[in-house]
Amino acid sequence: MSEYRQMWADLGLDLDKHDALLAVLGQAYQDVYLSQEGRPEAMGYFDFVMSEVHGLRIEELMDAKAQGRPVVGTFCVFVPEELILAVDGVCVGLCAGADFGTEAAEAYLPRNTCALIKSVFGFAAERVCPYLAAADVLVGEYTCDGKKKAYEELTALHPAVWTMDVPQVKDEWGTERYRRELRRFAGQLEELSGREITVESLRHGIEVVGAKRAALQRLSRLRQAVPSPVSGLDGLLINQISFYDDPARFTASVNTLCDELEARIAASEGVAPASAPRILLSGCPMAVPNWKVHHLLESAGAVVVGEESCVGDRGTQGTVVPEGDTVEELIDALVERYLTIDCAIFTPNPTRARHAQAMHREASAHGIIHYALQFCGPYQVEATGFERTLEAEGVPVLRIDTDYGSEDTEQLRTRMEAFVERIRP
Amino acid sequence: MRVAGLDIGSRTVKLAVVEDGTVLHTAVTYNTHDPVAVCNHLLEGVAFDRVVSTGYGRHLIGSHLGCEALTEIRAASLGARHLLPTVRTLLDIGGQDTKVISLDADGRLQKFEMNDKCAAGTGRFLEVMAVALSYDMGEFVDAALTAPRAQQVAAMCTVFAESEVIGAVARQVPRDELALGLHQSVARRALGLLRRIPVRDDVLFCGGGARNAALVRLVREGLDREVHVPADPQVVAAMGAALEGPAPPPGERPAPSALPRA
Repeated sequence: MSEYRQMWADLGLDLDKHDALLAVLGQAYQDVYLSQEGRPEAMGYFDFVMSEVHGLRIEELMDAKAQGRPVVGTFCVFVPEELILAVDGVCVGLCAGADFGTEAAEAYLPRNTCALIKSVFGFAAERVCPYLAAADVLVGEYTCDGKKKAYEELTALHPAVWTMDVPQVKDEWGTERYRRELRRFAGQLEELSGREITVESLRHGIEVVGAKRAALQRLSRLRQAVPSPVSGLDGLLINQISFYDDPARFTASVNTLCDELEARIAASEGVAPASAPRILLSGCPMAVPNWKVHHLLESAGAVVVGEESCVGDRGTQGTVVPEGDTVEELIDALVERYLTIDCAIFTPNPTRARHAQAMHREASAHGIIHYALQFCGPYQVEATGFERTLEAEGVPVLRIDTDYGSEDTEQLRTRMEAFVERIRP
Repeated sequence: MRVAGLDIGSRTVKLAVVEDGTVLHTAVTYNTHDPVAVCNHLLEGVAFDRVVSTGYGRHLIGSHLGCEALTEIRAASLGARHLLPTVRTLLDIGGQDTKVISLDADGRLQKFEMNDKCAAGTGRFLEVMAVALSYDMGEFVDAALTAPRAQQVAAMCTVFAESEVIGAVARQVPRDELALGLHQSVARRALGLLRRIPVRDDVLFCGGGARNAALVRLVREGLDREVHVPADPQVVAAMGAALEGPAPPPGERPAPSALPRA
């Protein structure tokens, strides 16, 4: 990646620390991903994207900026990519999944902040994330308390931090609040880009993102097959990459993979035996390179068959119906779809357990692991009721609370192997 | 077939040799920085046909001795069922973690909970606190059994609790009352875990923690029901591993090569 050093230097990255990060990432990818057996050929595209995660893709972002297209960094599936595409912008998801720069992050945040937020600050403070550096603007949404207060501190690390309120109750007022926030966001984007959002441009954005969601939903359905045609690790990776890759190229690549998976399914070809225990993950988002739980589970002989998560079906469910003759009506269509996302920040949030139960059934899974990041109040609190509801329905549930560190690996391994022993068909 | 079950825990390594459902030999020794050497030492002069490992070191030992591994959750369940076929609820307090396990009537694992990743509420917690109070383990337990009242210790974290104990000693709080308070803290933690699983009779308490008479009494009082403690509670998981050994149901477990190596 030496050809990118000048670009990284121009972006103000700390080249030594960045080298260290890439070395760790490269090794982890080798150990976790490339060591898997029986991977579909079409995963080659995603391996390539990962190998160029700080290279070619950043070059593309810089080219887009040179053409006057804004790069907008987001941290949540409640910030609609459709609107960013409607001003010909580029949307990149910036949630971070690496245990990196924790001490630097703690100069801004208390120790008992979740790993996801800390990781973003660690990357920003240590100047190792070219996406953060390339973003013209960051959009911080008010979901959990940790994030909404952290965005106040993030202004010290990035010159342009916008914020967006997200309601916590799905009622008339919450819906109206979110609608107004999306309209305001649309106006901000128009101002930033100098381009007007038209019915045509927003329809285009809705189509591009809709095609991406449809491809990911197709992948999710194919992962339901027994035996699993693709590993959970690879399924997770594709969902992670969906947050920063070029949407049209990504969609085509997912569909190519899905064609291959359909052929595998027709031939009853799997990455694990049909008798392998099948597990659904549910809970907090897993951003790149957070592969810890999937890796442990699949190393123990299980297969992860889906993620009820923002990086997974919660993030890709539903479709925006592009009906309407005005931009306002199309924004209403966005509101309708986005408020079906059953994040734990909402109260009450009964649809999440139902959604997980349906995914569990459709994927012929044997159990659910509820994954919460330590200090993530919404998911940690919701875990108890989630477990009670699903166990009462006969769905085995294991709750785990963890972070990005590796010090609890052996304890987690014991729990997960014991859970696999519990549910093994 | 004669099977050696090895339970490689954080503090001790346990061995049980079982043939046709009969326990022929057991041994317990402290673990060191070199668990492979400890296991080899335990196995010296012991006749067996195969080895099955459990506990934290199960995969490490598995890769060295080429043996199968199972979790201590399953191993403890199998060992407990062997000792008490009617067991439905298991409390296992070990050196580094505390486990509670609920079994169905057929002995299948129904639900389990473990403590978080630190040593709070485990045997190690009590060992550290005994040292902080200048007791050896036997004196520490006796002090808790005979203390007239308890001095509550609020901190669950081993490090914070040690600071709290040192502070209390400086205020001349009687150390036997602290001993009882510390045992209560561990018992409360275990009872809290038990609230998260269905608790049904019969209840069995095993692991090194079950050798602690004060802890046993507090758990019995807290649960307000009979709690069975085997004669040698420390080797229950090692026995379970050995009992798992002879007849692995086909397709039940992944081949040893598919298991992750520590």
